[in-house]
Amino acid sequence: MLELAGISKSFGGFRAVSDVTLRVDTQQIAAVIGPNGAGKSTLFNLITGHLQPDSGSVTLDGRDITGIQPHRICGMGLGRSFQRTNIFPKLTVFENLQAAFIVHRGRGNNFWARSDSFYRDEVFALLGSIGLVEQARVTAGTLSYGNQKQLELGLALASDPALLLLDEPTAGMSANETHDTIRLIERIAGERALTLLFTEHDMEVVFSIAQKIAVLHQGRIIAEGSPAEVRADPEVRRVYLGHGLSHEI
Amino acid sequence: MSRLWGRIPWTLVIFLIVLWVPWLGSRYDTFIATQILIYALFALSLNLLLGVTGLVSFGHVAYFGVGAYLCGILTKTLGVPFLIAFPAAGIGAGLFALVFGFFCVRLTKIYFAMLTLAFSQIVWAICFKWNDVTGGDQGLPEVPFPDLDWMAALPGFDHFRIAEKFFFVTLVIVALCVAALRRLGDSPFGRVLTTIRENPERAAFIGVNVRAYELAAFTVAGIFAGFSGALFGIFNRGVFADYVFWSKSADVMIMTILGGMDFFWGPALGAAVITILNQQITAYTEYWPFVLGTILVLLLFGFPGGILGALDSLARRLRNRAGA
Repeated sequence: MLELAGISKSFGGFRAVSDVTLRVDTQQIAAVIGPNGAGKSTLFNLITGHLQPDSGSVTLDGRDITGIQPHRICGMGLGRSFQRTNIFPKLTVFENLQAAFIVHRGRGNNFWARSDSFYRDEVFALLGSIGLVEQARVTAGTLSYGNQKQLELGLALASDPALLLLDEPTAGMSANETHDTIRLIERIAGERALTLLFTEHDMEVVFSIAQKIAVLHQGRIIAEGSPAEVRADPEVRRVYLGHGLSHEI
Repeated sequence: MSRLWGRIPWTLVIFLIVLWVPWLGSRYDTFIATQILIYALFALSLNLLLGVTGLVSFGHVAYFGVGAYLCGILTKTLGVPFLIAFPAAGIGAGLFALVFGFFCVRLTKIYFAMLTLAFSQIVWAICFKWNDVTGGDQGLPEVPFPDLDWMAALPGFDHFRIAEKFFFVTLVIVALCVAALRRLGDSPFGRVLTTIRENPERAAFIGVNVRAYELAAFTVAGIFAGFSGALFGIFNRGVFADYVFWSKSADVMIMTILGGMDFFWGPALGAAVITILNQQITAYTEYWPFVLGTILVLLLFGFPGGILGALDSLARRLRNRAGA
């Protein structure tokens, strides 16, 4: 589904991502973990076209997408959520998702029709799926943090992606919210047969749903495999020990 | 209440009210009303960029000016009838906007604003120096009114002079343009533009080609600015390089922000308030810029949402109190 072949990215003299090779299979749930500053968000931005790699290639479904603009990659069936919540704050929840449907279905060039009722059923179906029906008429920026994250997931899903990239989907959430969000993501991934690649700082979350884990440290992948393999890896234990996180693994 | 409010066809209502000005008011009132209509269209066209798409253009006057000069040159120098010259002025202004916009949308924020300003100053310099075509610093005086003699045959129109007849032409054209802009804002295209205003990064990742949409908005705004400029050249009986000077971009931006750029009618209201205040205050004092500056300071600190923003929050507060 997604293949990264030897991609690297430097900022000034700093190698943020260094020779990363990674493969995510169709319908797999894969996670990239690593300490803060390991290069996780940079890696995501390289995949989604927000940054251009200095070397290496990104392949989606057999098509080379290296260096293609974000909006085109989005149109190829790759959805993403951002670490800092990224919605359209002054629009209502309904309008947020409606805009995503309008764009995805190529109706944005319609100058003349009234947009009020466009994709009403699709929007409400998606709102039901992410649990925001009650909030449909609420201005998105006034939603609770957890609800905004749900909405962002909805925005990513509206383009009907086959592969979903989630950057820290539970960042800043309480234990309860984290639990609910993970169940939601798991359910939706199952219903839609999604391939999932996510980053996460909460190790409990990672080891509860990921089928494959890659550990990023100082821009390099130092271990990769099933949760059991990664847990047993001495290098991983050493890196995380250095950051006082070993007890979480 | 607010639902009923939203269903009123405001363009039609305002059209039907303003229509009576030449009968009920003086010639001077009609003159002011014509000017307000033209500035309202200009400000509404800017708001497609400022309020809807979130693009700050400091060079919007360039397209107003191109429209004014094109219509002036076509009707005066070349003797083309108004019915052809007017649409040509809008399309010409749109083409300029398309070409300049192509470069502008490659930049963001302050750099975008600076480049729009730079292009508008280039247009100004050309208008100021190209004597053979634009009349240079002399401008193009005596741009002719369209032939409106046929209007005298209409009941109740027989005593109107050409300036009043031109008021009706302006009113109909502006109403049609405003209806089109309104429709555009409510369309799927308009919805996509609002996502760019709200969050261009996210917009790109619901699949929006941000630059292409920005360029489309820039071009459409240029066309309507061109229409308003074409009307203004005729209304003012001439086209001069002053019209294209960059400070005019600031004037129209002040109208837009004063009225309330988050509201469709905000820029039109701002145009009316500024035009009327300007006329009233210059009758008493020559310090109009001082008064304008004071109004702006009060506005930015007291009512950052503009006049309509202030009215809207007042209405909300009253409704909440009634509900509680």
